[in-house]
Amino acid sequence: MVVLVILWSVPTLSLLMNSFRGRDAVVSSGWWTALLNPFGQDWTLDNYVGVLQGSDMAIGFLNTIVVAVPATILPVMFAAFAAYAFTFMHFPAKEALFAVIIGVMVVPIQVSFQPMLNLLGPNGIGISGQFVAVWLLHTGFGMPLCVYILRNYMATLPYSVVESAKIDGASHFQTFWLLVAPMAMPAMAAFATLQFLWVWNDLLIAKLFLRPSNTTVIVQLQQLLGTQGQGVELLTAGAFLSMTLPLVVFFSLQRFFVRGLTAGSVKG
Amino acid sequence: MTAVTAAPLGTAARTSTRPVRLVLGAIGTCLVAWLMGNTFLALSYYPGWFFDSRVLMAVVGIIAGLGGAALLFYCVNVFVEALPQRFSQGLIPYAYVLPALALIALMLVYPTVQTINYSFANDDSTAYVGLDAYRAIFTDGEFWLSITNNVLWLVVVPTLTVIIGIAVALFADRLSAKGENVAKSLIFLPMAISFVAASTIWGIQMYSADADVGLLNAIVTAFGGQAQDWIRVDTARLNSFLMMVILVWMQAGFAMVLLSGAIKGVPEETLEAARIDGANERQVFFRVIIPQIKGTIITVAITVIILVLKVFDIVYVLLNGQARTNVIAVLFYQELFTFQRAGIASAIVVVLLLLVTPVLVYQVRQYRKEGVR
Repeated sequence: MVVLVILWSVPTLSLLMNSFRGRDAVVSSGWWTALLNPFGQDWTLDNYVGVLQGSDMAIGFLNTIVVAVPATILPVMFAAFAAYAFTFMHFPAKEALFAVIIGVMVVPIQVSFQPMLNLLGPNGIGISGQFVAVWLLHTGFGMPLCVYILRNYMATLPYSVVESAKIDGASHFQTFWLLVAPMAMPAMAAFATLQFLWVWNDLLIAKLFLRPSNTTVIVQLQQLLGTQGQGVELLTAGAFLSMTLPLVVFFSLQRFFVRGLTAGSVKG
Repeated sequence: MTAVTAAPLGTAARTSTRPVRLVLGAIGTCLVAWLMGNTFLALSYYPGWFFDSRVLMAVVGIIAGLGGAALLFYCVNVFVEALPQRFSQGLIPYAYVLPALALIALMLVYPTVQTINYSFANDDSTAYVGLDAYRAIFTDGEFWLSITNNVLWLVVVPTLTVIIGIAVALFADRLSAKGENVAKSLIFLPMAISFVAASTIWGIQMYSADADVGLLNAIVTAFGGQAQDWIRVDTARLNSFLMMVILVWMQAGFAMVLLSGAIKGVPEETLEAARIDGANERQVFFRVIIPQIKGTIITVAITVIILVLKVFDIVYVLLNGQARTNVIAVLFYQELFTFQRAGIASAIVVVLLLLVTPVLVYQVRQYRKEGVR
C-alpha cells in the first residue's frame, strides 16, 4: 500500500519540484536531484511570478473560471427539474425518453463538433468564440449524465414525502424547491464536482470554441508544450497552479461524492 | 406573490380554467424566455455592454441562466396549473423535462444525425458522394492502426483501473482512519490534474529521452541500460502502453473512491458468515465481496470505457498520433482541422459511434431490466 501511494505521488511530486527550480536546472538535471540534495539547489519562485505576472496566463486562469463556474451550475439546474419529473411524475413516453437519455450518455462528443461549429459559427448564429458558446456546449454535454445521476439519487428518496406534500396541496414547483431539491443536494454536489473537473480540464471544446483572447489555461499549457523551448519553465508552475482549484473544489465537496454518485447503482 | 399562497387551496379539486393566471403564466413564460435568450446573445454579440469584463459576464451568465431557469419553470407552472386539472396533470411533466431534453436534442441528437449525414458528403459538405469517405478510411492503414490502438486502450485501461481501484480500496480499508484518508487523497490527486498537465509531467519528467531529466531513463541507465526516447519506441506498441499508464494513473483514484464506498457498504455479517463456514480470505473476496459490488464495478468500468473511447488529449499532446500511437479521436481531429476533410472526419466519428453502440445497448437494457418504480 505504501509503495503504491508513493508510486502514485511521484509524478505530482516531480511537477511540484520542478515548478520551483530555475530554467537551467530543469533542462539539465532531473527533478529528483532536488529531492536528494535540497540545499544544493537554487530554489526560485520565478516560475510562479512569471505565470501570474505574464499577462497571458493570469487572464487564462480568469477565463477558465469564467468558463467553468456557469458550465457547472447550469446543467445541474436544468437536469434537476427533469430528474424530478422522471422520478416523481407519471407520463406517457417517460420510459422511452429516459432510455434516450441513457443512450445519449455514451455518444462521443466528437459527433457534435462539426455540426456545432457550423451552427454556432459565423454561418449560424455567430456566437462561437464567446464564453456563451462554451457554456451552452458543456451544459448540453453534461446534461444526460446529470439527469441520470440525479434520477438515480432521487429514486432513493422516500416517495411518501412527496405524496404527503401533494396531499397537503403543494404544487410540484413547491415540492421540488422545498423538499426534493434540498434532499438531492449530495447528488447535485457530486455531479457538480465531476462536471467542474471535466470542464476545468477540458482541452478540445475550449480549443475549438473559444477565440484566443478568451482561451483557458489548459489550452495555453498545451500550446506551451507544443512550442518546446520558450516558456518551458512556466509550464510546470502553470500546470501546478491549474491543479489547485479543482483540488480545492473536490476536497470541499468530497463527502458528497460517493453518496451522490453510487446511489441506485450499488444495488446492482 | 399573493397568487402563490392562494394556489394550494385551489389545486386540490378544480376543473375550471382560471383565465387570469393562464394569461399571466403564458406572458411570463414568453417574456422570461425572450429575456434569457437575448441576455445570452448580448453576452456574445456585445461584450462592450459588460465593459468587456469577464467576471461581470460570468456573473450575468449565472444569474440569467439560473434565475431565468427558475423563473421560467415558475411561469410555466403557473400557466399549466391554471388549466383544468386533467390537462395540467398531463402537461406538467413535459414542461419540466422539456428544457433538458431540448438541450440534449440540440447538442447531441441533432449533431449525431447531421454527422451521419455529412459522412456521405464531400470534404466541404456541399454534395453527396455516397460511400466514398468510408471507402477511403477502410483502405487507410492509419485508420486500422487507430482502431487497433483504440481496442488496446479499451481492453487495458478499464481493466487495470478497476483492478487497481479495488486493490487500493481493500488495502486502504485496513489502514488507520487517518492513514486511509491520506492514502486515498494522494491516490485521488491525479484525477484533478488535466490531461494536458499530466502529459507534461509524464512526457518530460518521466519519459524524457534525456537520462538527466527523465526518471525512467535515469533508472534504466542506473542499472546499466541504454537511454531511449521511450515515447517513440513503437515495438509492441510500447509507447501506447506508456500513454495508457498515464490514464490509469489519473483514473484509478476515481475508481477507488467509488469502489471503496461500495466495499464499505458490504454488510459485515455476510463476511462473518462466510468465514464461519470455513472460507479463506481469498474465497471471501471473490465469492462474497465481488458479487456484492458488481454494480459499482460495472458503473466504474462503463465510465472509464466512455472516457477511453474519446481519449484524445494525451495522444494529441504527447505525439499528435505519430510513431504508431494514433487513436480514432485524434485521427478525427487531424482529418477535420489539419486536412479539412469533413466527409472523412465524419465517417470516422460514425465508426466510433458504431463502436460505442454495444455499450449503449447494454446500458439501456440494464436500465430496462432494473425496472422502474
